[in-house]
Amino acid sequence: MDSIISLIQAAIVFGTVIMLGAVGESLTEKSGSLNLGVPGIMYLGGIAGLVGVFFYENAVSEPNSIACVVIALACALAASFLAGLIYSFLTITLRANQNVTGLTLTIFGSGVANFFGGSLNKLSGGIGQVSVSTTSSAFRATVPALSNLGVAGKIFFSYGFMVYAAIAIGVLSQIFLSKTRAGLNLRAVGENPATADATGINVIKYKYLGVCFGAAISGLGGLYYVMDYTKGTWSNDCTIESLGWLALALVIFSAWKPKKVIWGSYLFGILYWMYFYISGLNRSSQELFKMLPYLVTIVVLIISSLHKNKENQPPQSLGLAYFREER
Amino acid sequence: MKENAIEIRNLTKSFGSIKANNKVCLEVKEGEILALLGENGSGKTTLMNMLSGIYFPDSGEILVHGKEVTIRSPKDSYDLGIGMVHQHFKLVDVFTAAENIVLGIPGAQFMNMSEIKKKIKALIDKYGFEIDLDKKIYDMSVSEKQTVEIIKILFRGANILILDEPTAVLTPQETKRLFGVLRNMRENGKAIIIITHKLHEVLEISDRVSVLRKGEYAGTVNTCDADEMILTEMMVGKKVELNIERTEPENVSEKLRVENLTCINADGRKVLDNVTFTAYSGEILGIAGIAGSGQKELLEAIAGLQTAEDGSIIYTKKDEEPCELVGKTPLQIRDMGIALAFVPEDRLGMGLVGSMGMTGNMMLRNYKRGSGPFTERKYPRKLAESIKEKLDVVTPGLSTPVRKLSGGNVQKVLVGREIALKPQLLMAAYAVRGLDINTSYTIYNLLSEEKQKGVAVIYVGEDLDVLLELCDRIMVMCDGHVTGILDARTAKKEDIGLLMIKHDGKEE
Repeated sequence: MDSIISLIQAAIVFGTVIMLGAVGESLTEKSGSLNLGVPGIMYLGGIAGLVGVFFYENAVSEPNSIACVVIALACALAASFLAGLIYSFLTITLRANQNVTGLTLTIFGSGVANFFGGSLNKLSGGIGQVSVSTTSSAFRATVPALSNLGVAGKIFFSYGFMVYAAIAIGVLSQIFLSKTRAGLNLRAVGENPATADATGINVIKYKYLGVCFGAAISGLGGLYYVMDYTKGTWSNDCTIESLGWLALALVIFSAWKPKKVIWGSYLFGILYWMYFYISGLNRSSQELFKMLPYLVTIVVLIISSLHKNKENQPPQSLGLAYFREER
Repeated sequence: MKENAIEIRNLTKSFGSIKANNKVCLEVKEGEILALLGENGSGKTTLMNMLSGIYFPDSGEILVHGKEVTIRSPKDSYDLGIGMVHQHFKLVDVFTAAENIVLGIPGAQFMNMSEIKKKIKALIDKYGFEIDLDKKIYDMSVSEKQTVEIIKILFRGANILILDEPTAVLTPQETKRLFGVLRNMRENGKAIIIITHKLHEVLEISDRVSVLRKGEYAGTVNTCDADEMILTEMMVGKKVELNIERTEPENVSEKLRVENLTCINADGRKVLDNVTFTAYSGEILGIAGIAGSGQKELLEAIAGLQTAEDGSIIYTKKDEEPCELVGKTPLQIRDMGIALAFVPEDRLGMGLVGSMGMTGNMMLRNYKRGSGPFTERKYPRKLAESIKEKLDVVTPGLSTPVRKLSGGNVQKVLVGREIALKPQLLMAAYAVRGLDINTSYTIYNLLSEEKQKGVAVIYVGEDLDVLLELCDRIMVMCDGHVTGILDARTAKKEDIGLLMIKHDGKEE
């Protein structure tokens, strides 16, 4: 029983990272841009938040935890929004190839993040490990009355606020896409920009907003990873990057629907952590188990392409640049 | 006196060095249907695209209801009450009709779809449309999609409508219904501009006709004073003889026999169902039918591009044993020494490579000529030159990507190449789609010539008048079935029209 609870807890924490990444990317892809820079954007979001609060925590003797959270969120949002802006400018205004731009953004993001992350570790001295304890504990704070409710408390209420914020963002994104006028316009831009243009929708504006806000949400995934998942520390491994790719897979798995991203991310979390709770696995067979989310994505792709359901297809103009006067 | 809804003065637009529109003038009154006529590449669509904000003019003035305006984007155009139904429908496939209709209209962020649908319904009843608002576009027929387009424009309160070749994809019956709706709109004081190639439709529906010739304004006449000869003369700028030489078939022998052919497409739908017919050498077999009734699949099956589920395709070579084509790839068919030419409907998708020049495209059919690892370029270049000369292809050079040529010129390149193969069986789908009258007749007469050489010609067409004039026999298809094979010399247009919708279940 305990191991099942801790599996669920691990899955939810893990799932939140990729949920944020994937919800953001869903919005981006719905607007017709295939942003392969998600891993890089998550990196940038994570490191920007960490740098921001590191300087704040070092500058004042008694850091205020609310200020810490606000600074972290603001830095992460700004950095990832900016990364989205770079991507938009290159692919939408200059009509550069989306795949190349996205991959470059990933390389750029991980380079920048690891450079500053390493520097932070050096700056913090001591054992060479940066730690922003006030912020991290603010991110991981739970409501004691709820988290002590036995099993239910452990499963549902033992997480920091970002877990619930992520679900809310996912739900709101779904409502935005399917119920609002702006959402309808955004989907039209991603499906058929010429049509959207002819009906008077500002295609360029929607594409920019889709990419930039999508990127900002994805960046929060990176911040959550740094503040909660690794408890406010930094290490120059490639975990964020691999989570970023997983978020991209999740977008496809969920057929570009944020509501499916929500449960899909937890499923991916369970699949990813399963190896830990199965006894008798050695190192190599653990790695095999870690492949499960990707395998499931492939299986889902095969099933959905066999079904040929028009509703589960990617947006029609995904990956294509739009130029009104093209003949 | 009715007021001018739109007045265009000296509008000019260039693409690179080509002047698509040169000082064009035009006026449309309220409560009037104006037909805009012109050969292909005469700049009709460019002119209309400037009204709808897709292109921005280089110089000139546009006046809407007497006021000078600047149209920078489609939104400006909508705000002025101008709506355009494009030749290629601008609809989002995965949206419903209602969603497409409200797309881009400002309003409260949260949409009350039932309220919106009620409003659309009122409009539908006013003009007499028939449409299911909850149907997704990908489930719709061409005529239904067109209806959605027109409702979409009216719903935005447009009082100036532009229709770019609206009848090109409709059956005679659907065209009649469309014209009925257009007349209703005229009664309501809307100004309508209709672009079309079909002269008899111009004469039937319009009040006045304006003609463009090579990007320049060639004049306007009242429809009641015009006839087909006058209009053609205005379009071409000189008297032209518009007739197709149809000779009696000679030396008729069986060339291709298709028996019980059945094909299933990727969605698992039967696109060809038990198709049986015979094509003879020395005759032109026309295929009529609403677009998407299986014509494309039939030609592709014969060319070896579509897998047949059932049935057989028997090809008879001169003085040789008949052979089976089902299950063969295009390469195998060619290696069997069968000279089969195919002019597909999708010119730049299946026929030519858009980013290669004329010479390169000629090589696609000849790349196995010559010896050694290097391609032989001399012959393709000569061929490209002779086609350019013979068919009057307008291109800056033989190596200019064919994608940059106008639709008509692209088609000339393709047809020229296929005929140069000296085929025994020539299949052409919509070979004149988007071509001007002069070139169309050049192509018709080329097909006739091939027939006289003893080639079996299969021609898929959409203009029934032409099919009746050009072909020896006409096969009508509907929903993958052959619904009749008629003698083109005696058949009536109405009969073909009825056969075209026979299997629909909802005959009219």
